Amino acid sequence: MGGGVPGELRGRRRPLERIVKWILFACAGLTVLTTAGIVLALAGETVGFFREVSPAEFFGGTKWAPDFGARSSFGVLPLINGTLLVALIGVVVAVPLGLGIAIFLSEYAPSRVRRILKPFLELLAGIPTVVLGFFALNFITKVLLRNTVPDIGIFNALSAGIVVGIMIIPTIASLSEDAMRAVPQGLREGAYGLGAGKRSVALKVVLPAALSGVMAAVILGFARAIGETMIVAIAAGNRPLLAFDPREAIQTMTAYIVQVSLGDTPTGSIAYRTIFAVGSTLFVMTFILNYVSHRIVSRFREVYD
Amino acid sequence: MAVRIEPRPSIAVDPASRARRIRKDRFFVSLMALALFVGVASLVTLLVDVFVAGVPRLSWDFVNSFPSRFAERAGIRPALYGSLWIISVCTLFSVPVGIGAAIYLEEYSKPGRLQRLIEVNIANLAGVPSIIYGLLGLAVFVRLLAFGRSVLAGGLTLGLLVLPVIVIAGRESIRAVPPSIREAAYALGATKWQVVSRQVMPVALPGFMTGIILAVSRALGETAPLITMGALTYVTFVPGGVLDRFTALPIQIFNWTSRPQSEFQVTAAAGIVVLLVVLLAMNAIAIFVRNRFERKW
Repeated sequence: MGGGVPGELRGRRRPLERIVKWILFACAGLTVLTTAGIVLALAGETVGFFREVSPAEFFGGTKWAPDFGARSSFGVLPLINGTLLVALIGVVVAVPLGLGIAIFLSEYAPSRVRRILKPFLELLAGIPTVVLGFFALNFITKVLLRNTVPDIGIFNALSAGIVVGIMIIPTIASLSEDAMRAVPQGLREGAYGLGAGKRSVALKVVLPAALSGVMAAVILGFARAIGETMIVAIAAGNRPLLAFDPREAIQTMTAYIVQVSLGDTPTGSIAYRTIFAVGSTLFVMTFILNYVSHRIVSRFREVYD
Repeated sequence: MAVRIEPRPSIAVDPASRARRIRKDRFFVSLMALALFVGVASLVTLLVDVFVAGVPRLSWDFVNSFPSRFAERAGIRPALYGSLWIISVCTLFSVPVGIGAAIYLEEYSKPGRLQRLIEVNIANLAGVPSIIYGLLGLAVFVRLLAFGRSVLAGGLTLGLLVLPVIVIAGRESIRAVPPSIREAAYALGATKWQVVSRQVMPVALPGFMTGIILAVSRALGETAPLITMGALTYVTFVPGGVLDRFTALPIQIFNWTSRPQSEFQVTAAAGIVVLLVVLLAMNAIAIFVRNRFERKW
């Protein structure tokens, strides 16, 4: 082709073009390196951990007491139990609220109301979790729960769970709303044409059609709840406990990592390796949840022309 | 061929069922209103709770003092400076890299395995809990690269954490630039980089700005990764360089919140007020930039 292009304008005479391309590629590649770094860092120390503690003890043990010298016990189940307890409370709080908000924003609210409410949700999503932790301890526990729930401790799973729920409301609400708004208008109009009312259309047409997106949003919210750190570190206490009582103080995997990091952990010590082993467990759990959520979206999405 | 249509009582006309339906409709609407109310009320309660407790404690001394064993004398000076330092490092690292990655993915890479790998990877990184980034920072920046538990290590850790935010927002704003602008520039003989740097980027810039501001405000509020990579919790000096140790505002707040004395809760609330005011201001700027410079094509 390019007989007409003067030689000095040809690509190979413009080294800048190629250099720029490689620099930009390096930037994008760095994100892949980040993932590789996470996996390698976690795996490296975890392998070291499992040389000292058997996986059977770690995953099967029911007592978490890593700080007792020779009498230490490394059963991670109490930490997983605490993590799941808080995350479940969070989801129980956030799913009805988030879905209610999503249906309202997608099906009922006039666009003017939407424009006011959406930034509000973004604002809630932007509150640092350390602030939410302060709120959980000083308001939810001290003002609300201590006056309503008998025998509740100052540190308890319930307050942390409720506030974790508040934290994931924006995630669930806005992702579900996106899924509902993606349902084609023709489906709604068809239902209206058959005589359905607004509520039936919302609950029996739009919600089922958007179900894959809603489920993905809930799973993503659950994953965020599992990985949440500061709320539980502040409000849930630091007591590894294998019981499903929301009034009790518990410890989550994340709170354990914080507790150890606050002290001085000499690198190479067993305590240092323990936080990586717990971190790996957490990473694998959230990775699976994120993957499932992603799969649900791409697999079960109803495709309308 | 005559089709006989069975006469049947109309549902819509039956007054009892109609009343029942209206009742159910109202009930459903009030349930949604309740959900909205609880969501909004918890945010408002949080803000009121914190501001009522914290604002009376605010003073110039509070902003300019070092922490203390005595709640009434404690201040946030080192935390404020520490936050400024790590946010600067974080921004200097994540903004160029994030913009570069977004440009590569939108303008340069061809659809294929490599692009899908990078895309899936960024989506996945956005879902990794922040505390895991702390472990990454601890293993890579603090130990492997031997930066120590310094401003540099903390800033880079947060930089990696917010990178997906910048890339995702940046890609969207590049995608919103209409192809006709690129085609016109190519038609005039511009090279790829000339098109990207002089035509696409100026148009996409406001979108990048909102993404960057949101990323920075996220970094400003992050606590867990910094604690995990070993930031200090009680500091009586202001960092003077990138290799100094540091604390940050959210860590200082966490430190005060986890003390049993109620005076320290008040001090924590005052710290939160400062943090929230800064964050709200940044969010307001982001919204302003978005509305002011957004162009419809």
